[in-house]
This record gives sequence, structure tokens and C-alpha cells, in this order.
Amino acid sequence: MNWLLVIAGAVVGAPLRYLTDRVIQSRHDSVFPWGTFAVNVAGCLILGVVAGAAAEGAASAHLQLLLGTGLCGALTTYSTFSYETLRLAERGSGFYAAANAVGSVAAGLGAAFTGTAIAEAIWG
Amino acid sequence: MAEPGSRTAREPVDPDVDLRIPADRAETRRGMAPVVGAVAIGGVIGSSARYGAALIWPTAGGAFPWTTMIVNVVGCAIIGAFMVLITEKWTPHPLVRPFFGTGVLGGFTTFSTYATDVRRLADGGHPRIAVAYLGLTLLAALLAVAASATLTRRLVGGSTPDRQETR
Repeated sequence: MNWLLVIAGAVVGAPLRYLTDRVIQSRHDSVFPWGTFAVNVAGCLILGVVAGAAAEGAASAHLQLLLGTGLCGALTTYSTFSYETLRLAERGSGFYAAANAVGSVAAGLGAAFTGTAIAEAIWG
Repeated sequence: MAEPGSRTAREPVDPDVDLRIPADRAETRRGMAPVVGAVAIGGVIGSSARYGAALIWPTAGGAFPWTTMIVNVVGCAIIGAFMVLITEKWTPHPLVRPFFGTGVLGGFTTFSTYATDVRRLADGGHPRIAVAYLGLTLLAALLAVAASATLTRRLVGGSTPDRQETR
């Protein structure tokens, strides 16, 4: 059952990341990887809400596996984030590489805190 | 047959399709089902491996999340080698990158658990562990991808990264 919940979340999360990335990357001309940035921050916000809801007793362990481990885990990525940062640095865009690294972590962390604050406001 | 390192070697679908043109978007949609399927299957495999690792090596509430950190760093090391191989060494089947890079490695690694664990540790009275985990994961991940890409290039004789390339 637990495995099925993780699988069900991941089978949606991974294609959602791919499709969102394609849509965003086709709509801007900058070298900045906005697609990966967007899915990572969105995933942090959703998981922040789920974690906050769980802490308030409003999200079951099953829901955490489905939405947290499965959906958000597959929706967000550290490997593509780090590879795109490396590519920016290799192409001489040191500023964008640093901005992507620091910006993604700062925005992801901000989204995680915001998501939990939203959950506490709703279920707290 | 596309040469290794050419544009076609990197794109899972025809890069000449301009997604801003509605007719072209429809064209990509038709060819996209296998790619989306490959990403989904890969994502399930990668996410299951991450979940399995968390079951085998669980992390206690206020402890340093070693398992998630190692999963993320290993995923970064693998993608560094993988991308050098498929963009500079050989031209793989068009579904290899969506399946393995986007699917398996993307599903295996996680940014959301990383960020929410930092928040949980900071809010839970463990600010030092939170900061150490935040910085150490980022540093190790970036070092892993850079070191593995460099090492792979040396081992297989891939081309040096092209600084002039544009997206």
C-alpha cells in the first residue's frame, strides 16, 4: 500500500516536472533555467503545506507518502538543478550559476516556510 | 545520424519545432506521448529507490538527514557522468535521456524534502543542524556534478565544454 502511494505520486510528479519545464523554457530566451527553478519552488511550497498539515494532525501518513514522498519528491529535482548550475558555470555564466544556486535554495526554503505557515493558518 | 554533441543529441524531440507556434505545439504533443511515458516510468523507478533508501536508513526527527543528502549527492554525481556520455560521447536512443536523466535521476533526487527538512530542523530547535545540512548538501551536490563530469570527460575523452553554446 505504502509503495503504491509513492508510485502513484511519482507517476504524476515526474511528467509534471518535464511538461512544466518544457512550457516555461519555451517561453523565455534567457539562459536561466526558470523551468527547474519553478518546479522546485512549487514542490517546496506544496510539501511545506503537507508537512504543516501533518504536524497539525490534518494529513495522514498515507497522504504524506502520496503527496510528499511521491508527488513532490518526483516533481522536484536536485540532479537537474546541480547539472544546470554546472552548465551555466561551464558556459562562462558564473553570475547566473551562482544566482541559480543561491536563488533556488533561498526561494525553495522560503516556499517551504510559507507552505507550513499556510497550513498552520488553515488547520492550526 | 546525428554526431555526438550536436543539438539533436541533446533534445528528446525535434528541436526545430517552435513551441510558440500553435501548429507546432500540436505537432510536439503527438510525438510526446512516448517521452512523457518514459519520464513517468523513470520517475517511478527513481522515486521508489529514494523511498527504499529512506526505509532502510531512516532519519530520526532532530537528526542530520544523511539519507536524503547522500541520495541527492549520488544523483548529482550520476547525472554529471550521464550527461557527458550522452551529449559528448555517444548519441543514444531519443528516449534514453527522458527515461534516465529526467525520470530516474529526477525522481531519485529531491529538492522539496531537502528544503522542508531544513525548515523542520530550524523550527524544531536544531538551527545548527539545519544550517549545516543546508550548506553541506548544496556544496556536496555541486562538487559531485562537477567532479563526475570532469572525471568522465577525462576517462572517455569527451569534448571540453563549449563556452559559446546558447540555449
